[in-house]
Amino acid sequence: MIEVKNISKSFGDQKILNNVSTNFDKGKTNLIIGQSGSGKTVLMKCCIGLLDVDEGEVNFDGRCFSGLKEKNKKTTRKEMGVLFQGGALFDSYTVEENIMFPLNMFTKMSFAEKLDRVNEVLSHVNLSNSNAKFPAELSGGMIKRVAIARAIAMNPRYLFCDEPNSGLDPKTAEVIDELISELTHKFDMTTVINTHDMNSVLQIGQKIAFIYKGELWWEGDNKEILKTDNEELNDFVFSTELTRRIK
Amino acid sequence: MGLFKETGSYVLLMIETFKRPDKGKVFRRQLLIDFHALGVDSIGIVVFISLFVGGIIAMQMAYNIDNPLVPLYLVGYTTKQMMILEISPTIMSLILAGKVGSSVASEIGTMRVTEQIDALKVMGINPANYLILPKITAAMLFFPVLVIFSISVGLGGGLLAVFITGSVTTTDFIDGLQAWWMPFDIFYAIIKTVVFAFIIASVSGYKGYTVTGGSVEVGRASTQAVVASSILIIIFDLLLTQMLLT
Ligand SMILES: Nc1ncnc2c1ncn2[C@@H]1O[C@H](COP(=O)(O)OP(=O)(O)OP(=O)(O)O)[C@@H](O)[C@H]1O
Ligand SMILES: [Mg+2]
Repeated sequence: MIEVKNISKSFGDQKILNNVSTNFDKGKTNLIIGQSGSGKTVLMKCCIGLLDVDEGEVNFDGRCFSGLKEKNKKTTRKEMGVLFQGGALFDSYTVEENIMFPLNMFTKMSFAEKLDRVNEVLSHVNLSNSNAKFPAELSGGMIKRVAIARAIAMNPRYLFCDEPNSGLDPKTAEVIDELISELTHKFDMTTVINTHDMNSVLQIGQKIAFIYKGELWWEGDNKEILKTDNEELNDFVFSTELTRRIK
Repeated sequence: MGLFKETGSYVLLMIETFKRPDKGKVFRRQLLIDFHALGVDSIGIVVFISLFVGGIIAMQMAYNIDNPLVPLYLVGYTTKQMMILEISPTIMSLILAGKVGSSVASEIGTMRVTEQIDALKVMGINPANYLILPKITAAMLFFPVLVIFSISVGLGGGLLAVFITGSVTTTDFIDGLQAWWMPFDIFYAIIKTVVFAFIIASVSGYKGYTVTGGSVEVGRASTQAVVASSILIIIFDLLLTQMLLT
């Protein structure tokens, strides 16, 4: 479980997060939703320690993380997989080298074992036989999938995905959602997903945190979200004709 | 950013950089890649420029020394001294600052703005150490080799020039090359080069590492890397000359 306790974060005099507290449960897909620019990425970056919080703390299974020195964050970081909004693949490495990278750095596996692992995770994301391609030769959806493969290569305990399916067609988006959800349950990971995709919310929203104007505005799951009378949340979720009809 | 603050964050980054690499094997592989990118790929331009500059200096010296009282072997001697003391270490380093500095800054800067550096960091890797240390090491080890190359080719260029123009006989020129041979001069050239190599790789690494923004800022960082390293090279040239030669 990841515990977010009263965190606040400002850039200059612009307050992005204001006293946000929530828990991300183990073995569940935890969603952070909110409008573009509401601070989802900032919240995620505070959790993984890419941004320092101004106030509050983040705990991973009871271990305080946010207050640690850079050096001491390493142990927890080796248990995290992160999918960045833009993929962040190493563009001078091939798909295979990208996924093998954490294995090279942190394991003593032989090359054959590493290659097996690479092919295994690539088949999880339906990308067998793309080993030799460079990121520049991949489509947007393929980049996302390779980035997921790299994030799960080390069997992380914690998986963070920043908009895993933005910019993808509905079919691929659903495949990726299912993939993340399946991996989460199979390996009992604590998964945190940033999204503003309503399909994802309804499909895999086992726990949903709605961020509005830098505050945690609403929490619940994908059943409760359909019945909520929270005005801002309704506004956000049922903003399109399609979703209103579903309701 | 103020100069003071910038120097501070440069020093902090260097402290991060000079840590023991997470994995020796990975470091050695990066080092090989950087030997190639920073060193081997620069041999062509170093040879080309040294050959011509060596020739030009020999011709200018021959033109200056046409007093019958001055022995002609001085043409060879002064060409040698200029190449060893200044042209090869300093001018070559300035050229390498342009070539290597901009490529290091834009490579690392692009990795910064596309979040590749963040990706390294969240994996539990020290990105400065992983990215910048091999580059600094490669430059400090390989640039002296380039400078020795440059001196040899430059003197060859001088010889070629006097041979073609016939202003001085090649025997006189070679006599000059052999006159008052001072091993310390070579040592001085190498010390300077090692310092300049450190400046180029570390300053460019710093400029790239600290980029914020997008492609425009990456371009700006790579220009700044070249300008800042060039200025520092000239300043340190003066300091080192004062320390070592007087
Ligand atoms: N490094 C930064 N410096 C200054 N302001 C920032 C920085 N990063 C984010 N912000 C600001 O914080 C706010 C929230 O940004 P954030 O990236 O978290 O949005 P988001 O919810 O992830 O949006 P999207 O859905 O479009 O990805 C924005 O107003 C943005 O301008
Ligand atoms: Mg975002």
